[in-house]
Amino acid sequence: MDYRQEIREFIGNNLTMEHEDAQISDNDNYFEMRFVNSLFAMRLVDFVERRFQIEIGNDDLDLANFSTINRLHDLIERKLAAKEVAR
Amino acid sequence: MERLKDIKCVVWDLDHTIWDGVLLESGDVKLRARIKEVIEQLDRRGILHSIASKNDAELAWAKLTELGIAEYFLYPEIHWDAKSISIQRIQQNINIGMDAILFVDDQPFELEEVKSVHADVQVLHADHYETMLNDPRLMPRFITADSSRRRQMYQADTLRKQAEEQYEGPSEKFLASLGMKFTIYEATEDDLQRAEELTVRTNQLNATGITYSYEELHQLMTSQDYLLLVCELEDKYGTYGKIGLALIHKQPDIWRLNMLLMSCRVMSRGAGSVLLTYIMREARQQGKQMLADFRETGRNRMMNISYRFAGFTQLSADPDGKIVFSHDLKQVVEFPDYIEVCVPERQHQ
Repeated sequence: MDYRQEIREFIGNNLTMEHEDAQISDNDNYFEMRFVNSLFAMRLVDFVERRFQIEIGNDDLDLANFSTINRLHDLIERKLAAKEVAR
Repeated sequence: MERLKDIKCVVWDLDHTIWDGVLLESGDVKLRARIKEVIEQLDRRGILHSIASKNDAELAWAKLTELGIAEYFLYPEIHWDAKSISIQRIQQNINIGMDAILFVDDQPFELEEVKSVHADVQVLHADHYETMLNDPRLMPRFITADSSRRRQMYQADTLRKQAEEQYEGPSEKFLASLGMKFTIYEATEDDLQRAEELTVRTNQLNATGITYSYEELHQLMTSQDYLLLVCELEDKYGTYGKIGLALIHKQPDIWRLNMLLMSCRVMSRGAGSVLLTYIMREARQQGKQMLADFRETGRNRMMNISYRFAGFTQLSADPDGKIVFSHDLKQVVEFPDYIEVCVPERQHQ
């Protein structure tokens, strides 16, 4: 499954870029492009956990896993695969 | 003896409680003796008031206005639903613990109904309302400027919420429309009472869960080795008061952030990371590296995420959930453009 579209939508709805027409590509680091407020960070982690029914522990709670759409997608796939194995 | 839990909000019934008589039977009800004094005194102590009454909402509110006490009540629940439901709504609106609510009513049935649903709520029969001013649960250790204007701050917040609900468009545009001003300064003696209050009241955004007493804070404030910072936030609707606190242990090459906490009120304002950003920029300017202490309390995950997403890495962790973070400060972020950050001159010399 490709969840990138859902992630794009979430980011788009919760993050406003300085310029209306700015685009975030799947490899853009949206944390580097702008100030990140705690609330957005919390919402992003919360969204991933709820939507995909996975738990993000301290080991995965790394900016590197959340900073681009592609990286976040990798994290979700990795966690879902681990969940599948554990079943 | 178990310490009695402080009460942050009193929820009042109306008929036979605030006034003698039943409003729907006679429009000419009179306030009970000294009730206004009780309400006003508690308000000055920073204790909030609300209403849970089975009554006609319009009529009751008009009467409260006529009696000159309507302004004291936040989020009134005046309708025919169960009082346990009213209490729940009030608790959610004010965002405090159930055990921080005192419900006052003249009918044992209502007191019990509320208790049966919310066991943690404290209750008082209306006949004993005159004991309230001497009740230790209603006597906060300090009355600070922030506590005496707490009600106004909640009322300003209601206006903000309404404005936010009516605002269509991206939330950051809305934040920009608030004209927020964030001020950071070194704590002085005058700030310490509020600082103690903040460490006690703040749960979700407290990086270590440690609370400090006035005396401890005073000692740290006057020490050469520590820097105690306070911050305030205001916007076009008024002030949020002093909403954040940080304690930095200054070492030769390192600034160690022993404590960082923010009031929940600023969470939704996108201002939660401003203080941390400021400290990181300041430490970098002075050529330091940073360490930060964190302890999982089960309620402060947002702080954990804030540190990690600000680029802190975990240096060590023990089984109790104590974590030490570090940051090399090679990269520091900018302040958000929707907040004006003010720092008085000549700081931290």
